[in-house]
Amino acid sequence: MLAIGTKAPDFELNSTPDQQLKLSDFRGKRIILSFYPADWSPVCGDQMSLYNETLKLFQKYKAQILGISVDSKWCHMAFAESRKLHFPLLADFEPKGAMAKNYEVYHEQEGQAQRALFVIDEEGIIQWSYLSPDGINPGADGILGALEELDNKNQS
Amino acid sequence: MLKPSINNRDNISGPDNAIITLVEYGDYECPHCGRAHGIIKNIQVQMEGILRFVFRNFPLQESHPNAFMAAVATEAAARQKAFWPMHNVIFENQERLSHDDLEAYAGKLKLNLKTFDIDMKDEALKEKVEADFESGVMSGVNGTPTFFINGTRYDGNWEEIELLKVLNKMAQK
Repeated sequence: MLAIGTKAPDFELNSTPDQQLKLSDFRGKRIILSFYPADWSPVCGDQMSLYNETLKLFQKYKAQILGISVDSKWCHMAFAESRKLHFPLLADFEPKGAMAKNYEVYHEQEGQAQRALFVIDEEGIIQWSYLSPDGINPGADGILGALEELDNKNQS
Repeated sequence: MLKPSINNRDNISGPDNAIITLVEYGDYECPHCGRAHGIIKNIQVQMEGILRFVFRNFPLQESHPNAFMAAVATEAAARQKAFWPMHNVIFENQERLSHDDLEAYAGKLKLNLKTFDIDMKDEALKEKVEADFESGVMSGVNGTPTFFINGTRYDGNWEEIELLKVLNKMAQK
């Protein structure tokens, strides 16, 4: 997993079948990059659905969340529609897992991303990260704590 | 850890001096919470006097369009000292949580319907539900139901036998 203080690798990935997003599009904004293994996990309030409900809290800290997995743009579209997600899901699909590998959170045997969180500041530097144990939804408290700390740092 | 700790804004069932405080963050439209409801009720009977149960709202509004309104309905009922009866009737009727349904339950519970209707629209009650949700997020709730036992998140099995075993063991410490 990339260390804190590292410049976040840029990417250009599909968020919908006809739209691509680059990290550099968000320069001047804080980004929460949430790698996760796969769309369609079977529980109520899975990680992406939870973040969908906490968008308002992220916005309070001027942060944009991006979900990212190796699923294709079409799969993301169906998943986002079904869960009524109001934030982009990036398709790390071709070459598969390239971005997860750049961020050093790719699970080779499973062929999918680990559950990893990065908070990237306005200058594109990784300021916080967290790798969640397999199968455990890390929730949003860690992200919000990190964003709060960034606010405090800026003020002092 | 649970933030904030139990306070006078909470809906609490059981004695103040209970050895065990079990907190659930739940969503009235979540089927897992519906199942947990029956389990908790049984455990409350078996641990009467030593268990205090607290329910905090964690409605996932995008997945469950009626969950937030149902939560507000329980808070409106709480103003007429009927939080738990409303909480029970809602969990027993999770498939029927439209506004009219909630009003019908209020009627069945013999609440003052005029007051109930006014309270359903009260911003303060919506804010209470939102504050519950936010406290859950900050406490590390990652889905529903999430339990806290004496302030610490419990990630273990919450089937009746397992949960009862864990709670009893803690009560003996």
